[in-house]
Amino acid sequence: MASEIQLTDVTKRYGRRKPAVDNFSMTIPAGEIVVFVGPSGCGKTTTMRMINRLIEPTSGTITIGGEDTSTLDPDKLRRTIGYAIQQAGLFPHMTVAQNIGVVPGLLGWDRKKIADRVEEMLDTVGLDAAEFHDRFPRQLSGGQQQRVGVARALAADPPVLLMDEPFGAVDPITRGNLQDELMRLQGELRKTIVFVTHDFDEAVKLGDRIAVLGEQSKILQYDTPDVILANPADDTVAGFVGAGASLKQLTLRRVRDVELVQPEVIVSTQDEPDEIRRRLTDAGRSYALMLDARRRPVAWVHVREPRVRRPIRDMVAAESTVQDALEAILTEGGNAVVTGARGEFKGLVEIDTVMAVIRDLRETV
Amino acid sequence: MSFWDFVDDRWSRLLSESLLHVSAVVQCTIIAALLGVTVGVAVYRSPFGSAVATALTSAILTIPSFALLGLLIPVLGLGAPPTVAALVLYGLLPIVRNTIVGLAGVDGAITDAARGIGMNRFGVLTRVELRLAWPAILAGMRVSTQMLMGIAAIAAYARGPGLGVEIFAGLVRAGSANATNQAIAGTVGIVVLALVLDGIFVLIGRYTTSRGIRGQ
Ligand SMILES: Nc1ncnc2c1ncn2[C@@H]1O[C@H](COP(=O)(O)OP(=O)(O)OP(=O)(O)O)[C@@H](O)[C@H]1O
Ligand SMILES: [Mg+2]
Repeated sequence: MASEIQLTDVTKRYGRRKPAVDNFSMTIPAGEIVVFVGPSGCGKTTTMRMINRLIEPTSGTITIGGEDTSTLDPDKLRRTIGYAIQQAGLFPHMTVAQNIGVVPGLLGWDRKKIADRVEEMLDTVGLDAAEFHDRFPRQLSGGQQQRVGVARALAADPPVLLMDEPFGAVDPITRGNLQDELMRLQGELRKTIVFVTHDFDEAVKLGDRIAVLGEQSKILQYDTPDVILANPADDTVAGFVGAGASLKQLTLRRVRDVELVQPEVIVSTQDEPDEIRRRLTDAGRSYALMLDARRRPVAWVHVREPRVRRPIRDMVAAESTVQDALEAILTEGGNAVVTGARGEFKGLVEIDTVMAVIRDLRETV
Repeated sequence: MSFWDFVDDRWSRLLSESLLHVSAVVQCTIIAALLGVTVGVAVYRSPFGSAVATALTSAILTIPSFALLGLLIPVLGLGAPPTVAALVLYGLLPIVRNTIVGLAGVDGAITDAARGIGMNRFGVLTRVELRLAWPAILAGMRVSTQMLMGIAAIAAYARGPGLGVEIFAGLVRAGSANATNQAIAGTVGIVVLALVLDGIFVLIGRYTTSRGIRGQ
């Protein structure tokens, strides 16, 4: 379920100053993620908040699914639009479950339905219901708070989701994970998502389309990430794309789209060191990958020191970008370990695979 | 007659005066809380309004209680009305001030999220802002109660109810039999009751504040 959003000649003026958003027109296709990216103060937030009427446009019209939002009751309108913000804005006096259940409650769902939905949403955003249900926001990490924020925004299954720098306040690794999960969620849900960020890499990673905005929310370029990376509309956009555009194109390819290789030697945590050494020697290899009983990667083991488990510092998921994989390869010095939804081992990405992707990108664009 | 004999002798009377004293203070605190929170809610969004409300309520507090009662008697007569009016007026400041501070201290991101997910203004106020400001408001009520316990004693001057009657009677008859016992009984009674009420406030705070915001 998703709706197209259409903004036509939308202007917002604060007092007598020059407009914060000047004559903005854009069609946001149903079921896509459109990312607004641009320098601080250019009007991204203002533009986004006019869609759910937290800010009333000075002039212009906005329709969602063909319906003019100005004809609707603003509070009712907002209950049909998911809203997630940077600081998560969770209600500190409510438990995680109560936070997630607020919008269904406002919509008058019965208790049983709300309770079921809360469980479902916790599961959807990857939080263990038994563990997190009754916690208060202050008992959560920043990343967990953001997950709850997203769960709250999605609880009433709104066709449209507005996200204002939702992952801006978490550390880079958590941010990467949250981005991966948003991609996975969107794969299932197909909402119309307006996502604001000033991180261009995030825009490339998440956006079906990117709108690069300049002063007063002027649309400098509105297109798919590949096109913007390959053909920036002007110098300002090119500046924003920044150096290493071809490297950034790696964020356009997912690990699930490339071929994974299987390691020659896979051992289990139960195997004896002598056994490991023998199998490595037989295969003529120096490293074996060690998995636990549930086939989750644990460590690398070297033939000369089969007792020493060298921890895997950086792993990637099928939803991760090839850029993430490249970073993991550089950290690990060899190849990147890919895991599935339950943390189980899937395969490896090798540096040659990444090189092949880069060659391929060069040729197609 | 020793102090304890005096208390024993007058027990039922002291008890009923204590009840009147506490009930006057509690009721006036509640009225002051209703008024004070209303005023706080009305002004907290405007820095100017907040400053004016705080200044006015603190101005009231600077009027000596004796004088305020004296001024109210010609208007409201003797007995309960001037007592209630004076206590409510004095009780306002801590509550108004704490309501304003409490509401203004609510993180803007939280109210923004509340509006953004579709709560109306009234919902944001009652389900989010006042809940978060509640510990501050309760602290204001606690201070008011303590203050009013003492001020209520002056009400005897306006023929109001409470333990002030004992204190005044004792002081007026200074030197005669049991005068000191009488004044002390009234005073000690007030102190003891104030401590009890304070304890009750701690309990109320514990049971009405969400675990999510307690002890922050
Ligand atoms: N309530 C307001 N009153 C007056 N001016 C405002 C108000 N809100 C925003 N502005 C101005 O409008 C412009 C756009 O602000 P907006 O918050 O939309 O920018 P932004 O692109 O989201 O920036 P950032 O990346 O820093 O969040 C800014 O110049 C800002 O100063
Ligand atoms: Mg912004």
